[in-house]
Amino acid sequence: MTSLRTRLPRVSLALASLAVLAACTGPSAAGPPPTAGTGGARPGGDLRVAVISHGTAGDAFWNVVKNGATDAGRQLGVAVDYHSDGDPGRQATLIDNAVAQEVGGLVVSMANPDALKTSIGRAVSAGIPVVTVNSGGDRSASFGAIGHVGQDEGIAGEQAGRRLRDAGKAKLLCVIHEAGNIGLAQRCAGARAGFGGAVTDLQVDLNSPTDVASRIGGALRADPEVDAVLALNPQVAASSVRAVRGASAAAVVATFDLDADVTDAIKAGDVLFAVDQQQYEQGYLPIVLLKLYRDNANTVGGGRPVLTGPGFVDRSNVDVVAEHAERGTR
Amino acid sequence: MTARTTAPGTRAPDERTASAGPLDRLVRRPEVGALLGALLVFAFFSAVTERFLSPGGVATWLDDASTLGIVAVAVALLMVGGEFDLSAGVLTASTALVTAILSTRLGWHVWLALAASLVFALAVGALNGWLVVRTGLPSFIVTLGTFLALQGLNLGVTRLVTGTVQVSGMRSAAGYESAGFVFASTFPVGGTAFPVSVLWWVAVTVVAAVVLAHTRFGNRVFAVGGAAAAARAVGVPVRRTKVLLFTTTAGAAWLVGTIGILRFTSVQANQGVGLEFQYIVAAVIGGCLLTGGFGSAVGAALGALIFGMARQGIVYANWDSDWFQLFLGVLLLAAVLVNNALRRRAERTRR
Repeated sequence: MTSLRTRLPRVSLALASLAVLAACTGPSAAGPPPTAGTGGARPGGDLRVAVISHGTAGDAFWNVVKNGATDAGRQLGVAVDYHSDGDPGRQATLIDNAVAQEVGGLVVSMANPDALKTSIGRAVSAGIPVVTVNSGGDRSASFGAIGHVGQDEGIAGEQAGRRLRDAGKAKLLCVIHEAGNIGLAQRCAGARAGFGGAVTDLQVDLNSPTDVASRIGGALRADPEVDAVLALNPQVAASSVRAVRGASAAAVVATFDLDADVTDAIKAGDVLFAVDQQQYEQGYLPIVLLKLYRDNANTVGGGRPVLTGPGFVDRSNVDVVAEHAERGTR
Repeated sequence: MTARTTAPGTRAPDERTASAGPLDRLVRRPEVGALLGALLVFAFFSAVTERFLSPGGVATWLDDASTLGIVAVAVALLMVGGEFDLSAGVLTASTALVTAILSTRLGWHVWLALAASLVFALAVGALNGWLVVRTGLPSFIVTLGTFLALQGLNLGVTRLVTGTVQVSGMRSAAGYESAGFVFASTFPVGGTAFPVSVLWWVAVTVVAAVVLAHTRFGNRVFAVGGAAAAARAVGVPVRRTKVLLFTTTAGAAWLVGTIGILRFTSVQANQGVGLEFQYIVAAVIGGCLLTGGFGSAVGAALGALIFGMARQGIVYANWDSDWFQLFLGVLLLAAVLVNNALRRRAERTRR
C-alpha cells in the first residue's frame, strides 16, 4: 500500500503535464482522514481498488457495473480504477499490472477462470484481497478470493426457460451473441433444461446489429414453428423484436439484462420479460466487501456466492425499474 | 571529348557519391522512428506514473510486448517481402486449440501435441503462401479468407469436441511440466519474475534481424518485396521465398499460441481476433512499408514494445480506460508520421 503522500508530487506533475487529459485522470476520491493501523488488515487510510472485467469497451452491461463500482467508491471514499479486456490473456496481464501497482483490493470477473488462475494466485500471495464477480463463482473460493458476487448463469437460464414453458411455448431459439463466452453457453444450457421443449442455439455477432436482426429473421422464417426467442443481451433483444416483426412471426421475445429499450419494449408488450442480474450490485458490492474486509476484517457469503440475480422484470414491475435503467444503474 | 571544362577548385562534389553524414546514415535506418517513439513513450510513462519503472511494472509491459512482438517480427519480414497476413492473429488461437484438444481430449503427450499443432500451423502458412503465389491474388484477400475459415473452424471444432466454447485442463496433461518450463515459465531478475516469453521475443528478433540483414535469404526477401519481377529476372526464387515467409509467420503464431495455452492452460474459441492488426501496426511503426521492400525486424520488435508500454502505461497512470483506444490511435498516428518524415529524409539523402 502506498500512502497518498508519496504519490502526490508525481500525480500533480502528471496532472500539470497533461492538462488536456486532466478530465480523465487520476485518483477520484479523497480518502478519509488516515487513522492508525492495527493488526493484519490495515484499517483506515487510503484504499485503492482495481476492477478488472472481461467486458469490451463500450459494452452497455459492463458500463452499469462500472457505474456501480465508481458510485460505491465515491460514497465510501475508495479510489476505484476500472479496466477491461475481453481477451483472457490480456485480462491476466491487467491483473499482474494491478498487483505491481500494489492496489489495496482487486475485483475480477472470471469468464475464463483457468486463464486467470496464476495471476489471481499472484495477487492473493501478495496479500491483496480479491473479490470475483459476474462469472466464475464455482472457482472463486479455491482461487483464494474472499468472496464472489454474481448470478449463477445456469440457474438463471433454467428459470427463464421455465417461465417460457409456463407461458405455453414449445420451440425456443436461444441467441448467443459472443462466440467464446462460457456464461452465454451456460444460459442456453440452463434454458434447455428448464424449457423442456425443443431449443436451438443461434450464433450471431453482437458487433453487427444488422447481422443480428437478419440472422434471427432468417431463423424464424426457416422454422415458423419457433414460438419463443431468448436473447442474452438487451441489444439482441431489440434486434429480436425487429426480426420477429419483420418476419411476421408470432414468436414472443424474452431477454437477459436490461436497458431503456428493453424496459420500453416490456411496457409495450414486445418483450415478455427480462432476466435481471442487477449487475450494478456486481460493481457496488465488491467495493463494500473489500472496504469491510480491510476496515473490519469481515467476509460475506460464507464461502458461497452472493447472488445478485436472477430477478425478473415484466409488466408488473417495469415502471419502477425503468427509471433506474435510464440513469445507468439497472 | 577532349577537354575537361570544369574550372579547377570550384566544382561541388557530386551529391550521389558524397558520403552521408552520421545523422543521415542514422535516419536511413527503418527502425529509428520506432526507437524515438519507444524512448518517448518510455520517458512519458516513467515520469507520469509511479510503478511503471518498478520491476513488477517492467515485467508486465515486457510481457505484453513479447507475445505481440514475436509474431510482429515475423509479420515484418513478410511485409518486407511484399505480403500481408491477416490470419496470424486467429492462428494463435487455432494452434492453441489443436494442442489443447489433442492433449486433453485424446490424451496425447504435450510435446507430441505441440509438434502436431506446429505441423498444422506450417501447413496453414504454406497454404496461404501457395494460394498467393499460385493465384496472384492479393494476400489481403487470401489471408482474409483463411482468417474467416480458421475462426469458423475454431468455434465449430471446439464446440463439436467439447460441447462448449473453451478447452481447459492442460495442467493435468502428460508432459505439461517440461513444456510449460520451456514456453510458459518465469525467470527471476532481482527478485521479480519475468515471463520466459520475453526471452523468446528477444531470440526471435535477433534471429530475424540477422537473417534479414546478413543472409542470402534476407537479400531475397528485400528483392522480392521491392521489385518481384526484377528479382525473378535475376534468378531469385520469388515463389519459394514468399511461401517460406508465410510459413515463418505461421510458425511465430504457433509459438505465441503455445505460450498462451501453456501459461493460461485454457483457450477460448474466439481468441486472437484483432491481433492481426496489432501485428501489422507494430511492423508499420517499426518502419515497414505497406508496399514492401523496406523495413526491419528490430523495428517491429520496438513497435511491439511501444504497444506494450502504452497499453500497460495507461493502466499505471490510472486513466479512465474509456480513453485508451483514443490514446493508442493518436500514438500510432504520431509514430507513423515521424516514421514517414524520417523515411522521406532518408530517401532524399540517398539520391
